[in-house]
Amino acid sequence: MKIYWELFVTFFRMGAITFGGGYAMLPILQREVVEGRGWCTNEELTDYYAIGQCTPGIIAVNTATFIGFKQKGVPGAIAATYSLVLPSFIIIGLIAALLQNFADYAVVQNAFAGIRVAVTVLILNAVIKLLKSSVVDKLTACIFVVAAVLSLVLDVSPVLFVLAAGVIGVALQMRKGAAKK
Amino acid sequence: MIFLQLFWEFFKTGLFAVGGGLATLPFLYEMGERTGWFTAQQVADMLAVSESTPGPIGINMAVYTGYTSAGVLGSVAALVGIVTPSIIVIILIAAALRAFRDNKYVKGAFYGIRPVSTGLIAAAGITVALGVLFRLDAWEGVSKFWTVLDWKAWALAAVIFAVSKVFKKLHPAFLILIGAVAGAVFRFAGA
Repeated sequence: MKIYWELFVTFFRMGAITFGGGYAMLPILQREVVEGRGWCTNEELTDYYAIGQCTPGIIAVNTATFIGFKQKGVPGAIAATYSLVLPSFIIIGLIAALLQNFADYAVVQNAFAGIRVAVTVLILNAVIKLLKSSVVDKLTACIFVVAAVLSLVLDVSPVLFVLAAGVIGVALQMRKGAAKK
Repeated sequence: MIFLQLFWEFFKTGLFAVGGGLATLPFLYEMGERTGWFTAQQVADMLAVSESTPGPIGINMAVYTGYTSAGVLGSVAALVGIVTPSIIVIILIAAALRAFRDNKYVKGAFYGIRPVSTGLIAAAGITVALGVLFRLDAWEGVSKFWTVLDWKAWALAAVIFAVSKVFKKLHPAFLILIGAVAGAVFRFAGA
């Protein structure tokens, strides 16, 4: 039972302190799940984000489901996912019931503008950590730069990028296999 | 039966909205128009609340919409609706990955996918940074390029970056708290 309690505490806390979407959760995931609990590596986290961006649903939720499943199968996946969304349920429920004009308060708007600066720094720090595990040679460095630039300049679905990179990766593997023979 | 309807509408949103919380927006506008549960103006208000409270935006939107339409049980129905497709799809993929993780072609695919995934996250981070650190609408020409820099934001970003490097063990939540307090004290939104 201990693992379920740990999943609950970890993901509940993440749901309560993540402002923004899936990207804003990345630095907190690295801290709580990779460095804190050791439930997955930075490589696996990168894989989960890649899949989360190509599959239906909210990226943060998809990542929680992945990590829960890895720890304890289907019940673990369900426990992690609902623990992550529980703080939203409580906080939004209270605001919707009591503070309909919550977002209009000056202090909320100012504090949130400050939070956005903090989240920006956190995301950039998180990307630097991911680079160490995903960019391992010249080729992966090229793929990283091309993907980042194209995604900034073009309005193309991330699904295409991920599929293309997967095909390139498999093709390289096949060539390597052929060269060995 | 509004609860079943809410569950079904958000189940469809969770199933078809690919790529994060903001992808749910067009579905919500369409849902409000079709069912009359809420107006486009209410969706804009809900987005403002969802963005300024903790938790994934898509989840916050579902809970808020469900509550507005049918109270606490409505928000439960909407929440369960939007996460169920994710849970099913991801469990299937995670199970497949577990079975094929050591396959050399799967490994090859992820060798290529990892830098792309990092690149996409970096691009998202740069987009966020552009919006936070610059005020592009204040552009007055190359000779006065500095007018587009948001000095308060740069100063706070520098402080938070320095703190994160000096105190490496500090939890990210503390950095978020520093941002919130500085933003409120120095009126970052100008409100």
